[in-house]
Amino acid sequence: MKLTGLQIFKLLPNKNCKECGFQTCLAFAMKLVAKQVRLDACPYVSDEAKAVLGAASAPPIRLVGIGTGEREVKVGEELVLFRHEKAFFHKTAIAVQVDDRLSGDALGARVREAADFSVERAGERLCIDLIAVKELSGEPERFVAAVARVREMCPLPLILISRNPACMRAGLKAAGGTRPLLWGADRDNADELAALAKEAGAPLVAAPGGSIDDLAQFAAELAGRGVDDIILAPSPAGAADRLAAFTLLRRRALSRAAPGTGYPTILSVPGGGYEGAAAAVGGICKYASIVVLETPSPWHYLPLLTLRQGIYTDPQKPLQVNPGVYRIGEAKPESPLLVTTNFSLTYYMVSSEIEASEIPSWLLVVDAEGQSVLTAWAAGKFNPEVIAKAVVAQGLDTRVPHTRLIIPGYVAMMSGDLEDKLPGWNIMVGPQESADIPVYLKEVWTRLGT
Amino acid sequence: MLLPATDVIYYTTIMNNSGASAINTVRIGNTSSEGGTRAFSIEVGGGNCLPFHHFEGTIPHRPVIAWEIPDVRPDDWCDTVKGPYLDFLGDPLRWARCVVDEKGARLICLDLRGARPDRENRSAAQSVELLRSILKSVPVPLIIRGPGPGERQNGVLTACAEAAQGERCLLASAVAEEYKTIVAAAAAYGHLVVAETPIDVNLCKQLNILISDLHFPADRVVIDPLTGGLGYGLEYTYSVMERIRLQALSGDGMMQMPFINFVGPEVWKVKEVKVPEQKEPQWGSRAERGVLWEISTAVALLHAGADLLVMRHPEAIAVVERTIDGLMKKG
Ligand code: B12
Ligand code: SF4
Repeated sequence: MKLTGLQIFKLLPNKNCKECGFQTCLAFAMKLVAKQVRLDACPYVSDEAKAVLGAASAPPIRLVGIGTGEREVKVGEELVLFRHEKAFFHKTAIAVQVDDRLSGDALGARVREAADFSVERAGERLCIDLIAVKELSGEPERFVAAVARVREMCPLPLILISRNPACMRAGLKAAGGTRPLLWGADRDNADELAALAKEAGAPLVAAPGGSIDDLAQFAAELAGRGVDDIILAPSPAGAADRLAAFTLLRRRALSRAAPGTGYPTILSVPGGGYEGAAAAVGGICKYASIVVLETPSPWHYLPLLTLRQGIYTDPQKPLQVNPGVYRIGEAKPESPLLVTTNFSLTYYMVSSEIEASEIPSWLLVVDAEGQSVLTAWAAGKFNPEVIAKAVVAQGLDTRVPHTRLIIPGYVAMMSGDLEDKLPGWNIMVGPQESADIPVYLKEVWTRLGT
Repeated sequence: MLLPATDVIYYTTIMNNSGASAINTVRIGNTSSEGGTRAFSIEVGGGNCLPFHHFEGTIPHRPVIAWEIPDVRPDDWCDTVKGPYLDFLGDPLRWARCVVDEKGARLICLDLRGARPDRENRSAAQSVELLRSILKSVPVPLIIRGPGPGERQNGVLTACAEAAQGERCLLASAVAEEYKTIVAAAAAYGHLVVAETPIDVNLCKQLNILISDLHFPADRVVIDPLTGGLGYGLEYTYSVMERIRLQALSGDGMMQMPFINFVGPEVWKVKEVKVPEQKEPQWGSRAERGVLWEISTAVALLHAGADLLVMRHPEAIAVVERTIDGLMKKG
């Protein structure tokens, strides 16, 4: 039940006091329809209006937080089925699982590897988000020891996996006040788990087994018991079934037609190796809010996190860096000068390779509207005119008196034109792939100097 | 929030799809009864729902993986993916036979990169000779990939089309600037064409219209939306495929061609598959990371609608085949 701008306007105070930042209540109402502002920007909305508007404007999928503080993980609040319709917002959280039967050393090593993984890519730090601790021992003490060990070792929020209420109670206690995700409630333990979740203010996984209709009904029952933060765990029989379950849940949630579906989802990927990773890829693409890797290898992390980064970028707006001249290392006037575009991915690949070369350099980043080298070249946004203009605007002929400019190998064809446009400059064609920049700088540039 | 109006149309059309709007079924390869010499032919496409949505449609054919066979020694391939083929790197004929006989390949993609003037500059006659010998001793259907846009492309592909007359090969690729020659060759000698456009819904449709204006049948065209590898534009390809597919299923006949993605060439050139462990210890085993890079790219594209995947590493291919098995198994 979507309200029109006019319907919303009728519920507003009509004071036109501008405190919301808009000229009139009507203007504010229009922004509300477009979801560009939140209702609480107006301090004067009546409670009645809030109730009506709140129900209509609440996101179709609840935002659920796991953990506390800086590393809190937030999932849910998605608005679309396909990223081109708007964007996906809350990245699939990646969890690495350990269990309480692992020896202390094995558990420690797995946690260390996951928690320490951190790679910078296109200006973003890629990390594992959660550690899942699974109770397999049936013994509360062992579960407690495993949870305590993980907490001691890393600050990541936790997922506690056990169907056994006594173990869960003990594990939750060991987790302190860190709001772990409790996985999970089924038809047998629902009373105890719901009570535990409420007491700790922790999110709870609904995992009753059966069809997604059973799942939605069960989640609605949990909500009826006062559990607010719920995560849905479908129990698919195979890959096709998984895709169907996650797709239908997302569709039903977005259409608001089915009660008990408006929650984030969780997928556990059994097995490691390539097959496990392939299943995780499916989860990241198609609607899993959390993916738990049961037995990952360290080489899983980079591709999966890279995929997630890509799928969750805003398709309308490529990530960009500011155009300008970047100084890498202690660059001096005689240091090399390279040019590239302001597409984040491109910039970071090039700058990190220049850094790796340990040859201090200047990097001219031109405004190509956030496009890659060849895309921008094809679109006329990274051509001799644009580059020449940037070189002149930045006064580079005085800043780097050697007047040598290294261009990307993929646009070698523009070197003649560019020389015409930049009299006195010497255009050098660099390698095609940024990975070859260190060798190029060492061999070609260093040779030039001598 | 309700869905944007256009998508409401997509969903209602797709969900109530009575079979009217389906992807074209494209058959690659002719057997002797069809005028060719292939041992079997392969069909792709035909589905009337989003990828693997068995719960709301029918998907008569599974996506198919084509094994990439370069015509010359691929010295630029990184060692992880050269490794499994060391015995026949410069011998495309043995290479093709091995993947078919020993690895179970049902489709191969002969990549005539050696004809590029900036590479080995092989002549059209040399390409034809290789093609003839492959046709003679390798019984599976074939994709023939030319050296890339330019004059050489037309010469080589036309000569190959003639040499393979009646075999119903898939010729790659026709592009907007120059599609007529290849389409004419495909029409004259009974082949199929790949229509390649750079990641753009409108350009894709436009080229398909241009090709159909030449009276070339739509069910002999496959769309190459252009593939970005994982971490290098994959998500752009992913979304453009979803958009094209949604439009196709909601009834746009000029978008109803199956997709092909050239995964191997995009994946195996990126830094992440090449950098050794010593340099980036956190990235983990280089060989496995590389194979997984190809798997991840392929599996993501399958979810966006890929019907044909051109791939390189035997292990990646095996895993993606098994993933397809799983996705094709109805609940
Ligand atoms: C994703 C993509 C897009 C995305 C844009 C993504 C973006 N933000 O830029 C979209 C879908 C929007 C797009 C659009 C178009 N695209 Co496009 N696109 C691609 C694709 C698949 C990947 C590009 C990418 O992200 N690469 C990754 C980045 C990191 O690469 P890069 O910037 O080149 O940087 C590398 C190197 O150049 C080097 N490097 C970079 N800087 C420097 C500097 C120095 C000094 C050195 C030494 C090295 C170096 O380091 C990097 C890593 O090695 C490529 C094809 C492909 N598979 O590569 C086509 C491609 C670039 N696109 C192409 C085209 C034609 C277009 C369009 C013009 C199509 C159209 N007519 O609409 C439009 C143009 C946009 C517009 N109209 O405004 C063509 C260009 C052809 C050509 N040779 O001129 C390509 C090559 C595809 C093709 N084969 O036809 N595209
Ligand atoms: S703050 Fe509220 S009352 Fe004031 S103009 Fe904005 S919407 Fe109207």
